[in-house]
Amino acid sequence: MGAGRERAIMTLSEFFYMDGYYLYVWASYGLALVVMLALFISPVRRKRQLLKQLGRKKRRGQRL
Amino acid sequence: MINTSTHALKTLLWRDFTLAARNKSEWMNPLLFFIFAAVLFPLGIGPDTVILKQIAPGIIWVVALLAALLSLDTLFRADYEDGSLEQLTLSPYSFSSLILGKIAVHWLLTGLPLILLSPLLATFFHLDAAATLILMQTLLLGTPVLSLIGAIGSALTVGLKRGSMLISLLVLPLYVPVLIFGANAVSASTAGLDISGHLMLIGSLLVLAITLAPLATAAALRASIG
Amino acid sequence: MLQAITKLASLRNFYFFCGKLLPWFAWPTLILMLVGLYWGLVEAPADYQQKDSYRIIFIHVPAAWMSLFVYMVMAMSAAASLIWKTKASEVVANSCAPVGAAFTFLALATGSLWGKPMWGTWWEWDARLTSELVLLFLYLGYIALQSAFEDKRTAARATAILAIVGVVNIPIIHYSVEWWFTLHQGPTVQVLKGKQAMDTSMLIPLMIMATAFKFYFVTVLLMFSRNEVLERESHTKWVQEERERL
Repeated sequence: MGAGRERAIMTLSEFFYMDGYYLYVWASYGLALVVMLALFISPVRRKRQLLKQLGRKKRRGQRL
Repeated sequence: MINTSTHALKTLLWRDFTLAARNKSEWMNPLLFFIFAAVLFPLGIGPDTVILKQIAPGIIWVVALLAALLSLDTLFRADYEDGSLEQLTLSPYSFSSLILGKIAVHWLLTGLPLILLSPLLATFFHLDAAATLILMQTLLLGTPVLSLIGAIGSALTVGLKRGSMLISLLVLPLYVPVLIFGANAVSASTAGLDISGHLMLIGSLLVLAITLAPLATAAALRASIG
Repeated sequence: MLQAITKLASLRNFYFFCGKLLPWFAWPTLILMLVGLYWGLVEAPADYQQKDSYRIIFIHVPAAWMSLFVYMVMAMSAAASLIWKTKASEVVANSCAPVGAAFTFLALATGSLWGKPMWGTWWEWDARLTSELVLLFLYLGYIALQSAFEDKRTAARATAILAIVGVVNIPIIHYSVEWWFTLHQGPTVQVLKGKQAMDTSMLIPLMIMATAFKFYFVTVLLMFSRNEVLERESHTKWVQEERERL
């Protein structure tokens, strides 16, 4: 693969337009962001959930 | 020492055979499925001879694969439930060899009939005699691999209540190479190409499976029991 | 050194060890991602043939690499858990599965999104995508098996065996799919993704993103692992103290 644009740096509109492929490029990056963010947040929420569960069990005096 | 262990193996295998004779549906049902499912395809696609001939290797192989999957649940379940599997782990003989024996019996009851029934299906799909022969050869080499790899899946899920569906999920990805080489060998032969390489590939998979699958199955059974 | 490793075998030590490592992987992840994204989306020049659509490779290729890398880590942890019976290895192996599945899914989805402008179809049965699809099934099977067991120790042993069987099969599957693809390849579709030599200006952001993905993987792995440890050790005193501390 080799270089193909005349000017080296894109303008902002060129950045979003991605030479017409904006749908595919931004869908890909958007999907990656969503998946990787979700994968990151899920253990954070799970941890809070776990600790809450443990607290509830302790208050009830249950054997853990 | 060798005499006692082969004697033990023979006893085990004979027991498996007699049990199978009493529970005919266990091994007959997958065979019936093999035929019924294969027949569905022309019904769904159309009776065009040319098309059926082309898709025959792939379809017959896939249906064989699915039939093998159906038969796997019964491989270890009965022995697991009545405790005889646990007894086998405690025996002084090599657990892996006993397992290989069990799988061999299973194949004789499920895989071999498949091979013998395949000419019937080949007729439904208008495969000629030469192609049918190649089909049977690929099935002969390939169905033992299906039984061996399937045994691992069966062993991993033997303790679970709804294990049979799960076996399919675990084992189907592992079946991909056998399917590819088996079905494509038949297609290649109808195109007139030399398929000795194809058969050797399936053969190597078989050797690999015979060597490694009993070990993995033994480990999986031990994990499920203990 | 051996003493340090055996100390880690205790889940409590493992938990705090992971906690200490976390910022060392989390922050570089963010930085590498931002640098890589800027370089890949802005700095790198457009491709002659594919124009700007090729930029998808900065997600697709690292995701595909990671999908295999994570499986290797999972299988090695599984082997360790079977050989040395260490609980920490079980935890790591289990934690790898959802991450690996996510990467595989991402590789497939971005591969499809890249393929549409290139080949005109949303799916193409080429060797790489087909292999990735089978890999996804391997991951999903592992996760399904894991959730089917009630006892965590049995689950760990069973999934460990499955992971090792899988890792032996992956090169075989890969080879068979490649073989199958070259067999059926028509004269129309020639997919040469990744086979051509790449310009340095494009290789650098790719490598940065690949490294970013690796750091991301470890970050998320540490987080999942810590949660699994908390779950397993929920009955112990130190977990109670940890809960009170937080």
